[in-house]
Amino acid sequence: MTSPSSSRDRVLGRVRAALAEAPEPSEVTRDYLVSHTPDDPAAVVDLLHENLADYRAGVHRSTRDGLPALIGKLLAAHDAATVVVPPGLPGAWLADSDARQRLDDVPLTPHELDSADAVVTGCALAVAETGTVVLDAGPGQGRRALTLIPDLHICVVDVPGQVVASLPRALPRLDPARPTTWISGPSATSDIELDRVEGVHGPRTLEVVLVVD
Amino acid sequence: MSGTYLGMPAFPRAARDAVRDTTLRGNLRHATHTIRDKRARAVAELDDWAALREAGKRIKDHTLRHLDRYLVRVEEAVTAAGGTVHWAADAEEANRIVADLVKATGESEVVKVKSMATQETGLNEALEAEGIRAYETDLAELIVQLGKDRPSHILVPAIHRNRGEIRDIFRSEMGEWGRPAPEGLTDTPAELAEAARLHLREKFLRAKVGISGANFMVAETGTLVVVESEGNGRMCLTLPETLISVVGIEKVIPTWRDLEVFLQLLPRSSTAERMNPYTSMWTGTTDGDGPRAFHLVLLDNGRTDTLADEVGRQALRCIRCSACLNVCPVYERAGGHAYGSVYPGPIGAILSPQLRGTGSEIDASLPYASSLCGACYEVCPVAIDIPEVLVHLREKVADQGGAGHRLERAAMRTATWLLDHPAALNAAERLASSTRKLHPKRLPGPGARQWTNSRDLPDLPAEPFRDWWKKNHA
Ligand code: SF4
Repeated sequence: MTSPSSSRDRVLGRVRAALAEAPEPSEVTRDYLVSHTPDDPAAVVDLLHENLADYRAGVHRSTRDGLPALIGKLLAAHDAATVVVPPGLPGAWLADSDARQRLDDVPLTPHELDSADAVVTGCALAVAETGTVVLDAGPGQGRRALTLIPDLHICVVDVPGQVVASLPRALPRLDPARPTTWISGPSATSDIELDRVEGVHGPRTLEVVLVVD
Repeated sequence: MSGTYLGMPAFPRAARDAVRDTTLRGNLRHATHTIRDKRARAVAELDDWAALREAGKRIKDHTLRHLDRYLVRVEEAVTAAGGTVHWAADAEEANRIVADLVKATGESEVVKVKSMATQETGLNEALEAEGIRAYETDLAELIVQLGKDRPSHILVPAIHRNRGEIRDIFRSEMGEWGRPAPEGLTDTPAELAEAARLHLREKFLRAKVGISGANFMVAETGTLVVVESEGNGRMCLTLPETLISVVGIEKVIPTWRDLEVFLQLLPRSSTAERMNPYTSMWTGTTDGDGPRAFHLVLLDNGRTDTLADEVGRQALRCIRCSACLNVCPVYERAGGHAYGSVYPGPIGAILSPQLRGTGSEIDASLPYASSLCGACYEVCPVAIDIPEVLVHLREKVADQGGAGHRLERAAMRTATWLLDHPAALNAAERLASSTRKLHPKRLPGPGARQWTNSRDLPDLPAEPFRDWWKKNHA
């Protein structure tokens, strides 16, 4: 029977013994590109659009004024009767929707989330080259579970403020202390004869709205 | 040390059986070729791939050289963020820690996101022995678990099963474990996936304990990263009250910024996507979001022995993308089960015998489970020179000798088997031709040496046929 502290010493001791003779490896180089896309905001947004669509996300563009109508239309188009609302979501976003709203101010149970059809959120940022939206539980996004259990996720991205070209541009803008979820298209599996199927456990439908002012 | 499948025949015998199984070969061939071609396209999209690969390799080498420092750092950062860190010297200790943590919650079932580390330690069986049921939630792992089977590929563990077999497994087994398969379930992938969704959702919604591995852990910030597609990972990481992550000590990377390298290298090498559908990152615990308790179990289990080997330690750079499996002519024929370990294919051939030692017949034969063609090295996103490590391990196996030359005989059989197979021979030629000035009539390794003592190799072309073909017909 070993106590936890002795295992710690044992493992660290083995690591140090293993490395006693090891030479210092060559220095880390970072001569890869900071981005693979020209520094043109319009081109970056087009690339984001294209890559999201390539991953079978629905992609829409809207003005800020047109956003409530578009969200209402998307919820209706997917027959969403109940929509989960993260605390901090701008109230106006759901102004034009008939869906019943469930505010997550007192946290909903997993079963309550399971009985909701949709969730609407903002995001922390979006990465064009990889077709990714990143959520960091900030206002208007809520807990991680909110965007996981309902079958439809509508995610609103501010253009150009929340759009970056690449991963090297994305990481410095995120806070590692917050839990983050990176979403590139809807849940998918290729485990059965490599046939791609959408929606195993996460939302089967991802609709991304790019809001341009 | 656990991990060798009981009664597992050595690689040559297992491989010969697998080669006779035409369904298996058909499934595997389709899978490996499809993924391999897609991967090549995904990689070609980035014109700085070589620079990313070099950065990935060097970051890993630097981390391994200072592993003690980075492990202590990760421990500090995770602890400061509200997590608890445990150290496990071997599989048994890791399993004991996890079982005790689960018991302390009063629960008798856990949901698991696919984790090679816990497969390596045989965690599910260890928990079972303690009366705790572990549910695998990755679709392929579910198929494997319901089928009382073993994974055969790192990325697509049930690739040896076709849709008809999967439907039969779901129909006959799901009811034993929870919600049964829907009436009249057909074999379309969409219906099968839906059956898995329904079966597992009831488990996710009631789960109090989740168990995961991690693709990366960031020393600087204490952040853990899990990369996946289905959302089962997100379910296990966020819904339970307690999360236990079992992570090999080699998974640490120094800084948050380093993720920009590995999040570009991994998805493209693995699933051939620009990015996998879901990546979760968490640092300790967060009030009101996700598990209230987080435990990180740092696993050695042979990694420090591997670290001590100056040639072999590069295997610890591996980010488990599985690209090397899909290009390997031997894996394509033999399938993952023949390797007798959770790590199949070229990486398994070098990692398993290092983690477990070469005391058993299967482990001693694994360094021969290769044609040394170098395709694995070419695709590896962190540039692990797998052929170099294979040759190095063959020398070690040869040096260890042993009663009745049992190991050499096993090796000999592999060499014979390989040279009976045209693609494997082509590959062996390639190594031989790159070292032809040094060893004009011999293949490296004790088995091959015996083989070439009794007959000459065919004349070696200046360059292997495959290379010539690529150059002249590309
Ligand atoms: S050895 Fe390289 S190619 Fe193979 S799984 Fe590991 S990282 Fe991928």
